[in-house]
Amino acid sequence: MCQIKIDPKRCKHCGICIAFCPQEVFGADCRGAPVVERAEKCTACGLCVMRCPDFALEVGEKGK
Amino acid sequence: MNEPANGSKIKDKNESTVGRGSKETRRLFLQGNEAIAEGAVAAGARFYAGYPITPSSEIAEVCSEKLLEAGGVYIQMEDELGSIAAVIGASLTGVKAFTATSGPGFSLMQENLGVAILGEVPCVVVNVQRSGPSTGLATRPAQADVMQARWGRHGDQHLIVLSPATVQECFELTVTAFNLAERFRVPVVLLADEIVAHMRENVALPDPAQIKIVNRKKPTCPPEEYLPFKPDPDGVPPLADFGSAYVFHVTSSMHGERGYSQNDPANAQAKIRRLFTKLENHLDEILLVKHHYNREEELDLLIVAFGCTVRPARAAALRAFGRKVGVLQLITLWPFPDALVAQAAARARALLVPELNMGQVGREVERVVGKAKPVFGLPKSNGEGFTPGEISARIEEVFACLG
Amino acid sequence: MPGLKTAWKEYLEESMLPHMWCPGCGNGIALGALTRALAELKLPRHKVVVVTGIGCWGKADDYLSTNALHGTHGRALAFATGVKAARPELTVVVLMGDGDGATIGGNHLIHAARRNIDLTAVVVNNYNYGMTGGQVSATTPAGAITSTTRYGNPERDFDLCRLVEAAGANYVARGTVYHVPQLDRLIRDGIAKKGFSFIEVVSPCPTHFGRRNRLGPAVQMMKLLKERAVHVGSAAAKGGELPEGSFFIGKLAERDDPDFNTSYEKMRKKALAKGTESS
Ligand SMILES: Cc1ncc(C[n+]2csc(CCOP(=O)(O)OP(=O)(O)O)c2C)c(N)n1
Ligand code: SF4
Ligand code: SF4
Repeated sequence: MCQIKIDPKRCKHCGICIAFCPQEVFGADCRGAPVVERAEKCTACGLCVMRCPDFALEVGEKGK
Repeated sequence: MNEPANGSKIKDKNESTVGRGSKETRRLFLQGNEAIAEGAVAAGARFYAGYPITPSSEIAEVCSEKLLEAGGVYIQMEDELGSIAAVIGASLTGVKAFTATSGPGFSLMQENLGVAILGEVPCVVVNVQRSGPSTGLATRPAQADVMQARWGRHGDQHLIVLSPATVQECFELTVTAFNLAERFRVPVVLLADEIVAHMRENVALPDPAQIKIVNRKKPTCPPEEYLPFKPDPDGVPPLADFGSAYVFHVTSSMHGERGYSQNDPANAQAKIRRLFTKLENHLDEILLVKHHYNREEELDLLIVAFGCTVRPARAAALRAFGRKVGVLQLITLWPFPDALVAQAAARARALLVPELNMGQVGREVERVVGKAKPVFGLPKSNGEGFTPGEISARIEEVFACLG
Repeated sequence: MPGLKTAWKEYLEESMLPHMWCPGCGNGIALGALTRALAELKLPRHKVVVVTGIGCWGKADDYLSTNALHGTHGRALAFATGVKAARPELTVVVLMGDGDGATIGGNHLIHAARRNIDLTAVVVNNYNYGMTGGQVSATTPAGAITSTTRYGNPERDFDLCRLVEAAGANYVARGTVYHVPQLDRLIRDGIAKKGFSFIEVVSPCPTHFGRRNRLGPAVQMMKLLKERAVHVGSAAAKGGELPEGSFFIGKLAERDDPDFNTSYEKMRKKALAKGTESS
């Protein structure tokens, strides 16, 4: 299972990670902020990290 | 004579002590523009970016040869906005860089000159003045960019402006301009004019070893502690080179000591104030004038002149039989030499300011002298230089008026 | 590549985050791509000079820990030309908005390409002037609404890549902020390529352009990029005509003409030989 860290001080709730994660790992809270709902599905592809415009995401290695 | 501790020395009566008597002194018959190019190379300039414009183009032409031969770079940019921008970029890599232009091009450079002032980037801009406004009597002489040189940009700022009156001074003041730019991390404008730039005279080019050269202060702290805008006690921060171990930012935005943009009002006020005080606290190193008269004597009339107007003013002073008329030559135009003008004015009955513009320096002289002494002007803006006769005629009018 | 995912830690000035850009703005994505390109090329921070102009994207220098020079609107390439001409060994990357790089700065753009000076220009094309409130730019599509074309843009837009290719650049590419892994590669290859490199990053401004032209929120605009971008060399591209609103992405031109510094060095060698002769 991957460690997915969201930095709430940087996140601006744009929703890009939620919309484009190939594994639909993220859900949204009532304010539109991403929440990790299905961490077990994460493949550590890194797309969300690269597409996050705010440097708010970090994804650890698979199994770490 | 006020001599800069760090500049090439300029003595009264055009006497040069630079390399005087040295076997290495080269005596050449040069044009003012050629002497400026020679001065730049002698000062250590190794980068020129410019765009051709009369009456400054010979500087570019000479540099396109001499700078390459000295291992430097000459690049003709697509316009003057780009020229000064390239000069700033080059200077930040540690190279002494300059450009030369005239009125229209100088106008285009103003915005980026502001970058050099706020970013504290040493560089030299030669403006060989020509008549305006706009294309005006293109290529004809004028001295009408005195105020533009000082105030041409938006925002509060300060810089240094020097004005040569002879070909020898074209050489020497170019060296001084680079020295002051490096000393204070400030752009220096060499405000020449068409007459001085195109005149040919004998010049003595001293042995390079005899010329005093100033280089910018480099940081000595460990690279991770370097703050590119933290001033030393003299108000001037050391400047590293891009590509060295010191990583740094320079920005046209208001910034803190680290060089990253910052909006804090207290910081902004302190920075702007320092841009002024780093010069105003060192006027002894910056202000240059020449007294073309015996300073022991009281004068009937003090003529205040600069650039191409100095020579006809001195000729007219010699012709003022029976009256003591002296010429105070302003070399540093900005910061304006208030105290030096006031001191000289104190020993004169009246002042006269001939200039090839509608009274730009005259107003400064009036500001300094106040109501203490009458200040007469002789503005001229028709694209021609002064003859001594014109100034003599005005001297007669002044004395008639004084009674 | 685990290291690349967090490349920003090396090249970003994290103390300046969060950045000033709006939610969903592609500038941050483009900046991330730049840091990964620098990391892949293993360029030390002190050998990199990032030159920026004025605009939203022009603010990127504030978030970088490399050397940086933030100049004036439209002039970034001229500042960069001075840096590179004086110090050819430095890697110089120039970040400009479309207004900055191609509208007010169009003259410097074509001349930098003509000179083929070894700079890498990364122009984020957001179809308008973001920083000043969404006015029309030279890349705003004809008919589009901006704050200064309320009835639609009467002017045509530039195809920046064709312009720069025609002007002589050695490397021309277009990417988008949706197609990130590709964008990383395009920027990396542009930096590695000698001569003038130009990468247009398509990233419509959600705050002004998106809102005025009813393109939906940032996520919706990202989906549009996905739909409308056609990879050069792909089956869709081979079909010939691009549908209205579509554009090619990928490497669009590459050549190996001599760069400015190399040509310059030849002239300087001649001059130096003469200089030593005469002394
Ligand atoms: C000489 C000058 N003119 C105008 C401006 C005002 N201005 C600042 S940014 C900008 C346009 C920004 O658009 P763009 O370059 O496309 O960058 P973006 O903000 O969209 O990233 C303008 C017109 C300026 N700073 N300087
Ligand atoms: S790393 Fe890939 S799979 Fe994992 S959350 Fe991010 S986008 Fe989804
Ligand atoms: S105004 Fe547009 S370009 Fe500027 S930060 Fe906001 S979304 Fe980005």
